[in-house]
Amino acid sequence: MQGSPISYSDKKYQVLGTRPIRHDGTDKVTGRAIYTNDVHFPDMVHGKILRSPVAHARIKSIDTSAAEALDGVVAVVTVKDWPDLKDKMADLGEGAVNLAELGANCMAHDKVLYKGHAVAAVAARNVHIAEEALALIRVEYEELPSVLWVQDAMHENAPILHPNLRTDHMGKPGDHPTNIAKHLHFETGDVDAAFKSADVVVEREFKTATVHQGYIEPHNSVALWNEDGKLKIWTATQGSFTCRHQVAELLQIPISNVTVTPCEIGGGFGGKIAVYLEPVAALLSRKSGRPVKMVMQRDEVFEATGPTPGSYMKVKLGATREGKLLAGDATLAYDAGAYPDGVIGPGCMCVFSCVELPNARVHGYDVCLNKPKTQAYRAPGATQAAFAFESVMNELAESLGICPLEFRLKNAAKEGTRRVDGPVYPRVGLIECLEAAKNSPHWNTPLEGPNQGRGIAAGFWFNIGLKSSVTATVNHDGTVNLLEGSTDIGGTRTSIAMQLAETLGISAEAVHPKVVDTDSVGYTDVTGGSRTTFATGLAAYEVGLDLRKQLCQRAAILWECDPSEVTFKEGTFVHQDKSLTFQQLAAQLPETGEPVVGRASISKDVSTNGFGVHLCDVEVDPETGKVRVLRYTAIQDAGKAIHPSYVEGQLQGGAVQGIGWALNEEYYYRDNATMANASFLDYRIPTCYDLPMIDTIIVEVPNPDHPYGVRGVGETPIVAPPAAVAAAIYEATGVRMFELPMSPPKLWKAISEKNA
Amino acid sequence: MPGNSPAKVAVSTTINGQSHDFLCQPRQSLLEVLRDTLQLTGAKEGCNNGNCGACTVLMDGEPVNSCLVLAVEVEGKQLTTVEGLANKGVLHPLQQCFLEGAALQCGICTPGFLVAAKALLDKKPNPTEEEIRFSLAGNLCRCTGYDKIVRAVQAAAEQLQAEEAPLPSSAAHQQAQQQQ
Repeated sequence: MQGSPISYSDKKYQVLGTRPIRHDGTDKVTGRAIYTNDVHFPDMVHGKILRSPVAHARIKSIDTSAAEALDGVVAVVTVKDWPDLKDKMADLGEGAVNLAELGANCMAHDKVLYKGHAVAAVAARNVHIAEEALALIRVEYEELPSVLWVQDAMHENAPILHPNLRTDHMGKPGDHPTNIAKHLHFETGDVDAAFKSADVVVEREFKTATVHQGYIEPHNSVALWNEDGKLKIWTATQGSFTCRHQVAELLQIPISNVTVTPCEIGGGFGGKIAVYLEPVAALLSRKSGRPVKMVMQRDEVFEATGPTPGSYMKVKLGATREGKLLAGDATLAYDAGAYPDGVIGPGCMCVFSCVELPNARVHGYDVCLNKPKTQAYRAPGATQAAFAFESVMNELAESLGICPLEFRLKNAAKEGTRRVDGPVYPRVGLIECLEAAKNSPHWNTPLEGPNQGRGIAAGFWFNIGLKSSVTATVNHDGTVNLLEGSTDIGGTRTSIAMQLAETLGISAEAVHPKVVDTDSVGYTDVTGGSRTTFATGLAAYEVGLDLRKQLCQRAAILWECDPSEVTFKEGTFVHQDKSLTFQQLAAQLPETGEPVVGRASISKDVSTNGFGVHLCDVEVDPETGKVRVLRYTAIQDAGKAIHPSYVEGQLQGGAVQGIGWALNEEYYYRDNATMANASFLDYRIPTCYDLPMIDTIIVEVPNPDHPYGVRGVGETPIVAPPAAVAAAIYEATGVRMFELPMSPPKLWKAISEKNA
Repeated sequence: MPGNSPAKVAVSTTINGQSHDFLCQPRQSLLEVLRDTLQLTGAKEGCNNGNCGACTVLMDGEPVNSCLVLAVEVEGKQLTTVEGLANKGVLHPLQQCFLEGAALQCGICTPGFLVAAKALLDKKPNPTEEEIRFSLAGNLCRCTGYDKIVRAVQAAAEQLQAEEAPLPSSAAHQQAQQQQ
């Protein structure tokens, strides 16, 4: 079911809210769109990476001589070929990154820290020879004990990954070696006193498994290091400028020597921001003098690129008898993987984000262990926290004898609510989403049949602002070429172009958006943080204003009046009784002077807010523990849905990733600390046969920080599903699940124990 | 033995109605030859082990993962790739319905879905939702949650049905007799 958005604005738009065909659509349904693996050069060679077979070891020696001697091999690189990077930090937009660690993650230094850690790389005439060459490289390892679970890694006797690591306690360093890289602490009000005055208190512990973003396109890159020192990279990245910055810093060359062309990208979800292959391909290219293509295999994607953390969490909530929340206390320990700086920060910021909570305390721990370095995954850190928090909310509602939806309405975060980490919300739309849920056909249709249950949960994520740049040129036929730097992962060319079209009073089709390389547009931050339609869209609005101003001046030339006397209204330039549409004026531009080119760049510090509410019906087979999702509705405040179809798509896709996380996705480790299910077959993301249609309800509470009220929608939809599914399973079986995934063996065991 | 590449084999096949001759090593997959040798890059490499379906092509009308077919196996076969779906500048109804229904986000899985869906509709012009979901279960999409993909296939099936103008009953009878 996809209806019209429920709007809380009386603004009327011509283009916004319509559903044009996306500008890059035809290329993508004909197979013509150029993804990185489609880039081809006649003299191109193929690179492959040798990876550690063990989870933790000291590298005693690497002998590449036999590989180098193999016919068809053109270059071999190891860590010897890398610049020495010390502990240099680089700000990559979404936070500071330690370059030494980033480099060591791309190519191991003295130690390997997880199975799959890159150790050496080969470039050869074809991929088969490159693979043969890898088999000829001799690496001697001294194996070390490893640790895979976050609580084990926090233990004082745990194997230590980084001997020099000391815990950062809110800025103060600890005094002993540890795997705990960071300890965060947020507190507001008098938490202990508030718990004492609460009538009902529920406290639970939760665990979640490591899961992967699971984009269908593996990481792949092509690099060409020219003899003039210029490095060209074609790659699958969420941020071409961020990629440029990382590569330049890692290779210690000027950023102006690096051009990154962001090819079409086959999914990212946060996992294609950090570089893996790009600097390796560059070094192989420099050594061989040839363009080098590198494509990961799927096991490499699982074992050596960013999954999202496994977590241990404890959440305690207290409320009055009447159902008013009084106090919350949360401890979150997220694994960072092999290097520090995981996603614990946003986890702490999000855990209590959906409620008004006057007394709250959060402790967060960023913990290193022998898994690949974790990366962002769609609302990074929020889904784990919401699974814990929303599950306790549901249990508390039951203890109080209050409907879980009404309990949330009673305590919902709203304008003026202060989050535990400090910020106060401006106008937000959680209450409106809860009302939409309450009025939805889904909520008002009774379940039928045994072993069925219905669950509800809410979710929150930010929209970051950061920096975006665009330029726009007016064509004489009344169209506008729009150049932008935001990688388009799911239709943002169109959602950005539509905002320019609205501003200029022209059709979406009259704007021709193009994502260009880092030499061809101003700096633009990553496609991430649900920022692209919001922030690059804002830049498109601003460039529209710039063009409007210039066109008023041109109309004034034609009409021999002062530019201030020309007004722009509903797509028409007007002076007294004279008027020209955008198209008519564009046709006359050559008579008025130089070409009309607009530019805009924005830098927004604000982080705005997206809320969602999910409803889920399941049926559980008590004999096997298998859960079938019968019905699902995702409700979200989009501020203003620019292209409703693609907003629905974000809600549906995020919900299904969340369902996969809830029900079956996990990194399954063998006793020797290696992953047993590093393939799509065994890891098993949801297929279309596992799912029903995913209903959506778009709510529009305009974002006060955007001229058209836009809120980014990409990430919030993954946050609520695990808790919503868990609540539905509880209603169906009477079993509360505190661990993800709620896979058949685990659920079957829990049901059996309950019945025993 | 490392470095001793096996000798190449000559293969003749038909791709999207045109005959193609190519040389390949016995170890090369059809996907590798389509993409690297013939520059038909519409079939995508998502997993290279038959799990994701992004490389789906039709071999004598049957959908196959081209990463699991050796290139030498296509001797004498009829292949259809995503490049063969549009007909002389006109998109196939499936392609058009995917566009109109916003059935793609990143687009990497789209060629595989289109080809697999074509195989389904060629055999079963009016499939149920269950049949569509079953037939496409070998194609993974991580962006859309599949809702809009299933709807686009339903819309294309309706469009294809409508295009086949119903024959008058006597004409249909005659045609049936001719086919016998």
